[in-house]
Amino acid sequence: MKRKLVSLLMVTAMSAAMLAGCGGDDSKQDANQGGTDQKEENAGDNQEEQKEEEDAGDGEEAKAPEGSGSVYYLNFKPEQNDDWQALAAAYTEETGVEVTVITAADGTYEQTLKSEIAKTEAPTLFQVNGPVGLANWKEYCADLSGSEIYSHLTSEDYALKDGDSVAGIAYVLETYGIIYNKKILNDYCSMENAVVASAEEINSFEKLKAVADDIQSRLDEINEQFGYELKGAFSSAGMDGSSDWRFKTHLANLPIYYEYKDKGINSTDAIEGTYLDNYKQMWDLYITDSTCEPGMLSSKTGDESEAEFGMEEAVFFQNGTWEYGNLTNPDNGYMVTAEDMGMMPIYIGVEGEENQGLCTGSENYWCVNSQASPEDQQATLDFLNWVITSDTGRDAMANKMGFTTPFDTFADGYVADNCFIQDDAAYTAAGKTPVTWNFSTIPSENWKNGVGSALMEYAQGTGEWDAVVSAFVDGWASEYQATNE
Amino acid sequence: MEKSIKKYFPIFALPTVVAFTLGFIVPFLMGIYLSFCEFTTVTNAKFVGLKNFARAFGDPTFLHALVFTALFTIVSVITINVLAFAIAMLLTKGIKGTNLFRTVFFMPNLIGGIVLGYIWQILLNGILATFGRTLTYSSSYGFWGLVILMSWQQVGYMMIIYIAGIQNIPGELIEAARIDGANGRQLLRSVTIPMVMPSVTICTFLTLTNSFKLFDQNLALTAGEPSNSTQMLALNIFDTFYTRNGWEGVGQAKAVIFFVLVAVIAVAQNVITRSKEVQQ
Repeated sequence: MKRKLVSLLMVTAMSAAMLAGCGGDDSKQDANQGGTDQKEENAGDNQEEQKEEEDAGDGEEAKAPEGSGSVYYLNFKPEQNDDWQALAAAYTEETGVEVTVITAADGTYEQTLKSEIAKTEAPTLFQVNGPVGLANWKEYCADLSGSEIYSHLTSEDYALKDGDSVAGIAYVLETYGIIYNKKILNDYCSMENAVVASAEEINSFEKLKAVADDIQSRLDEINEQFGYELKGAFSSAGMDGSSDWRFKTHLANLPIYYEYKDKGINSTDAIEGTYLDNYKQMWDLYITDSTCEPGMLSSKTGDESEAEFGMEEAVFFQNGTWEYGNLTNPDNGYMVTAEDMGMMPIYIGVEGEENQGLCTGSENYWCVNSQASPEDQQATLDFLNWVITSDTGRDAMANKMGFTTPFDTFADGYVADNCFIQDDAAYTAAGKTPVTWNFSTIPSENWKNGVGSALMEYAQGTGEWDAVVSAFVDGWASEYQATNE
Repeated sequence: MEKSIKKYFPIFALPTVVAFTLGFIVPFLMGIYLSFCEFTTVTNAKFVGLKNFARAFGDPTFLHALVFTALFTIVSVITINVLAFAIAMLLTKGIKGTNLFRTVFFMPNLIGGIVLGYIWQILLNGILATFGRTLTYSSSYGFWGLVILMSWQQVGYMMIIYIAGIQNIPGELIEAARIDGANGRQLLRSVTIPMVMPSVTICTFLTLTNSFKLFDQNLALTAGEPSNSTQMLALNIFDTFYTRNGWEGVGQAKAVIFFVLVAVIAVAQNVITRSKEVQQ
């Protein structure tokens, strides 16, 4: 009896699921049908009701103004997901044009884009990270040279060009360097026998190393004297997938930058690695004067590293302007405040580095999907235009997301409230040369992974530095060849 | 009865056939076609002939992944089946709380691979931390980590299959053997094991293909670190597809080779264990 009951239940459940599956379309159609009838009856005088109907439908037929397209933005930055969702909702409310924002998980943008763009409902707006990314996606990038957002760019440099056509437009300029805790560093400087008298004195690798080494060796003394809970000079250089890009990409940019600068080039098919010794001494510094044992680095995540800095367990933290939001977000409960934070250049011990500024550039270029319908492309351009010209859009970009944008529309008072960006401006004003972002010329993701693994094995003591050199130099040549055959 | 079955056969089979076509046959054929193409997205491909296969065979990481996967498969098939069979024997002796134990052992199987991978990563790293090391210290750590993880996950499932097999052994057979004076070991070797051979076929098939195709756990536990030395075939295919521009087709070619390999191994295994089954 019991068994019969169970099987009866199963059958019911299964057939219910099947009926729902098959009948789905019909019922939707019915609902929409009813909707249209009602619309006709009401002649659209009741907006609220209409909106309800739209919500009830599957969204397909629910686009408000006749003939207008819709926008689907595949967002790259998880940190700003909520802000984009809010902005999209605001735009829909204002204009009735549907805007969908989907955010790819950290480090999975390319693969998400690959599968999303093959769909019928493909993203109309996506982003590429620079020339190497563009090579892969150029068939999907509409020419934006006649667009309004292009005309608002403050400099041609912020457009990503494919021959004469404008394939991408940078929407955010970012800066990274070594974030440091001013309060702790100042307290340290006030101690007896401190190697520097003020944070401003640190203007070379030598001084940075001296300070970090000294802090590391006197942790207990500092903690006792000032009541901190410092665990290391640098926050953990985590080699987990959520954090390793800080070293295999961002830190690796510096030796690449100096080599390009010496040779006067913008990209290369074979790197020599002339500044790899500098890369090594910086990496050594990160893993020695750290909150954790070098052997444990592979299990440390980006969040942990951030938390160590936020909870005042470390003085230095290599990261960028995008961290501002996380570090100051009250929900995270960090002890560090905006006034306490500063950013200094990553000094790797190159001659003349006292004139080196922070690393500033962009790897975020908006591209409009050229294979989307013309209506959708137009809707996307309109949306972008609204984002960079309307008060709501500019407020969201500058104040909520904290972006520094390369558009002239932001000049009147929409400057991001972000202490790192102000630091960058100060360095530039003082005549320091910003380091450009050359990592967008790295031949492939595989190169980064190879360098990352070699760095990690070197850190945990199972690999030699030679492996890093070989991954860096030989890997570059072989990856370049593999992707450009 | 038979007539009406024949009559309604298409109607009953149709939903499954449609689902199978859309969900399996179409992507499968597309995948084979794409392995001969260069493409960025699957809807926009350019035919290039055998270039992808040449590149796939010329990739040393692919061979390494193959060897690693084969080793892992051998070890995990043995550990999982031996453990599962032993537990099944214990839990058919009618000890107290049998049902509770069966449920508990089965439960790990209900957790998804990615989640399991991360949980075990935390657990194993937590233990290794006392030695100042992590799972990425050397490839053997990752290897045994994967074996432990997979055994933990799969033993419960295989146990259920073995229990069913053991319970199906006719009581009179065992009784007859006992009367003939067989001791426990003889009973196991000459009665129980031959009688559960159908279960062995199923279980080795499942563990073999599961281990060979392992992806989620591999990705979550080590992601191939250090330096791709714990990368298994499926992860190697995934990485080929996504970490080099223009190599999507090569990843696809590797996937086709992978399919052929899995199919050959699975069929061979089936033939071998089937021949050991006895008729009741």
